[in-house]
Amino acid sequence: MAMAWVWTGMVVLSLLFGLFTGRLDAVANAALEGANAAIELSLSMAGILCLWSGVMEIMNVCGLSSALARAFRPLLRRLLPQASRDEETLAAISANVSANLLGLGNAATPLGIRAARRMARGCDGAASDELCLLVVLNTASIQLLPATIASVRAAAGCRTPFDILPAVWLASVLSVTVGLLTARLLSRRGKGRL
Amino acid sequence: MNLSSLVIPVLLAAVAVYGMGKRVDIYSALTHGAEEGLTVLLRIIPALVGLLTAVSMFRASGAMEWLSTLCASLLERLGLPSEVTPLMLIRPVSGNGALAVATDLIAANGPDSYIGRVAAVMLGSTETTFYTIAVYFGSAGIHKTRHTIPAALAADLTGFIASAFAVRLFFGT
Repeated sequence: MAMAWVWTGMVVLSLLFGLFTGRLDAVANAALEGANAAIELSLSMAGILCLWSGVMEIMNVCGLSSALARAFRPLLRRLLPQASRDEETLAAISANVSANLLGLGNAATPLGIRAARRMARGCDGAASDELCLLVVLNTASIQLLPATIASVRAAAGCRTPFDILPAVWLASVLSVTVGLLTARLLSRRGKGRL
Repeated sequence: MNLSSLVIPVLLAAVAVYGMGKRVDIYSALTHGAEEGLTVLLRIIPALVGLLTAVSMFRASGAMEWLSTLCASLLERLGLPSEVTPLMLIRPVSGNGALAVATDLIAANGPDSYIGRVAAVMLGSTETTFYTIAVYFGSAGIHKTRHTIPAALAADLTGFIASAFAVRLFFGT
């Protein structure tokens, strides 16, 4: 429903601004061009997106995702000590993190939900500190190879669409760190008040 | 020969050889993955049609410029270009909306421009926060989200500022 409001707001504001600034012709053209651009963009990014999805799938089948999941276990044990006591929860969380890293959103969400359900048992509808951490971890993107963005850049005529990778990694790491630290800090403050 | 032209062929060959070494049918994995890519694309096309229509109307009418100048002085203090305001506003709410706005920014400014790069890095380093929170807590039956939303938004804001910083660090302005 939120998007219905955003869309209506944008279209109505465009109409009003177009009337005020006398750019209504341009607005009318832009509406049709925008729809056209969406299909053109989709076509020109389709090849690269499919290729990289294929490469990621090969890595997945070769066991990269389970190797990544194993590599993250010690870190997750320290971050979520209570949830990690349950072996199955820890397995779901580490698979969730490794699927996120590989950009396999379709695989990551069900795994994360399975872990969240197990962690929510017996907490009466209020999220535990560790469940908050798991969700914050999932709201911050940590992706090794953002294929969609690379294909948008390539579609716009960029010859080195992956050159932003180090910048993406740096920004992701900073963002995840601040998210986790904020969650820790706020949970302590909340307890102090109780 | 450019060194960066080595990356893609080498990566493709390495993945193929490694997979063959592991006795994996890499070709069917490749096509299966490509099929997955196609379904992802099919799911975003309808949203892109709706959203790119709205975004390009918004830009052509001058409303985008107005929105950007409105927040310009605040963003400048954070080291962010004001043009990315619409992207930051829509990012936590809609993944496809953010993709449409970023695509528009990349097309309007060029993929190798400062703004084009910042938009791409922002898209890559943040997530659709509110959607993710709704999906996770909804399916786990949680209605008291406590400090999740402020912490997740702090992560988003850091991601935005860090994107501009990282692009300046690696590419200059």
